[in-house]
Amino acid sequence: MDLRLEKVSHHYGATEVLRDITLDVPSGKIVCIVGPSGCGKSTLLRMLGGLERPDQGQVLQVGAPPAGCLNPLTFIFQDFALLPWRSVRGNVSLVLEDHPLDRAARGAIIDDVLSRTKLAEFGDALPKQLSGGMKQRVAIARALAVNPAVMLMDEPLSALDSQTRELLMDDLVSLWTRAPFGAVYVTHNLAEAVRLGHRIVVLSRRPGQVREVVSIDMPLEDRRNGLAELETQQKILWDMMREEAMAADAELVDV
Amino acid sequence: MSDPARPVPFRGGGFVARQRRGMGLLVFVLLIAFAEWGTRTGFISALTLPRPSDVLLTFKELYDTGMLFKHLIPSLTRLVVGASIGAGLGIALGVLIALFSLVRAGLVPLVAAIFPIPKIALLPLFVIWFGIDEASKYALIAFGTFTPTVVATYAAVDNVDRTLIRMGQSFGLSWQSIVRKIVLPGAMPGILSGLRISLTIAIILLVAAEMLGAEFGIGAYILQAGSLYDLERLFAGVVILSVLGVLVSAGIAAVERRVLRWRV
Ligand SMILES: Nc1ncnc2c1ncn2[C@@H]1O[C@H](COP(=O)(O)OP(=O)(O)OP(=O)(O)O)[C@@H](O)[C@H]1O
Ligand SMILES: [Mg+2]
Repeated sequence: MDLRLEKVSHHYGATEVLRDITLDVPSGKIVCIVGPSGCGKSTLLRMLGGLERPDQGQVLQVGAPPAGCLNPLTFIFQDFALLPWRSVRGNVSLVLEDHPLDRAARGAIIDDVLSRTKLAEFGDALPKQLSGGMKQRVAIARALAVNPAVMLMDEPLSALDSQTRELLMDDLVSLWTRAPFGAVYVTHNLAEAVRLGHRIVVLSRRPGQVREVVSIDMPLEDRRNGLAELETQQKILWDMMREEAMAADAELVDV
Repeated sequence: MSDPARPVPFRGGGFVARQRRGMGLLVFVLLIAFAEWGTRTGFISALTLPRPSDVLLTFKELYDTGMLFKHLIPSLTRLVVGASIGAGLGIALGVLIALFSLVRAGLVPLVAAIFPIPKIALLPLFVIWFGIDEASKYALIAFGTFTPTVVATYAAVDNVDRTLIRMGQSFGLSWQSIVRKIVLPGAMPGILSGLRISLTIAIILLVAAEMLGAEFGIGAYILQAGSLYDLERLFAGVVILSVLGVLVSAGIAAVERRVLRWRV
């Protein structure tokens, strides 16, 4: 199942946030969205996931979601959004309970996603007992449990320290290589973008417009931190973003 | 550099609630010991304050004659029935107010209007509506617990983390699931601390209702003692009320420890 944005524009009151955005998210590919802060990345993602309606333009699903998909468009949030009163298993179970699955089937899905995210031993822990990286792995497990067609991730790693971020990126890559999923990955970390993106969309400062779309053909599993080719890509992206970021920064001072 | 080394002065203490066992008890014991000492030495005249040991004797007599339970049981029944009705309806309405803007717009002003009415003033009205027996007492206690519970509940629901609700919606959970599994547990801390206040109000109203018309009950007992200026019995009654208050508070603390284990 593909996702398509057609001529999407949006205002919050008098502020124009997004202008005329047209974008394709092909199935099984990771699309990274980068852009200066406040340019409307989170807003765009909420629209892709049906949590917000654009003023103009439309968000389209192309094709049917694959069989066995319980929630085609599934979010992973920056602040994890785990229920603090439920255990790790309980948090995963939450998103399955509204579907007609018997106990055994539900238990099997939970066991499967927890072992894929290396959380099998922590099923009974409460969120307050987990480190940030583990909390985000629980959120990833929860997202995997509903077998999404497209994962919508809003800066999923930016609340974590850089070592944990590195580990989780490896985890995401290995999860993707084993079972490719479509994803929209919002970040302002260009290193993450070149590690995870098949396609990188650069947005301009507010109002957000598509400035450039960069494709990286190197397979995800071959990408490493510090690889020359990726460094070059990252530099190109940074040059592109630099002026936008500087202008955005100056704008904030003006206000 | 040969300046003398000094430890960095510590200035990070305080502003943290820590459990200190026995402190509350110690305050009680000291106060009572002071009253006992004062009344024995004549420093406090017997007309001002009864001697704690005499109050204890009165209490023992009350227990021995079986009158204690004769007063306590009707009181507890009224308290449990009235407070359950009031708190139950209050939580239900509070949740409705928080979830539906139409209900909120319609009822918040009404709740604000009835909140400051001293509910005791309405007892005659309740007697006309529900009769002179138990029903009017239940109604008074229920009404008194109802309003603070409503306010505490809708404030608690308003404070539930919106990102959790967004999360629920993004996973396609049904409306009922979101309310039952996200909104209500998230509002639990606020609802429980509201109950602390409304249950205490229930005890106050219980006594008021019993003073205005009951043969048995702690309120009636206190009223009788008061009209005879029998300070020992008056204080025995007051002590029962205080113990009741402490028990309610401890009960809620126990529920909080069980239900809110997840809190950091
Ligand atoms: N619900 C809202 N109501 C009003 N304004 C909003 C709302 N949500 C976002 N905005 C504004 O819209 C603009 C874009 O917000 P958005 O969160 O989408 O940006 P972003 O690109 O995700 O920024 P960041 O990099 O800081 O996460 C910002 O200026 C923000 O203040
Ligand atoms: Mg954002």
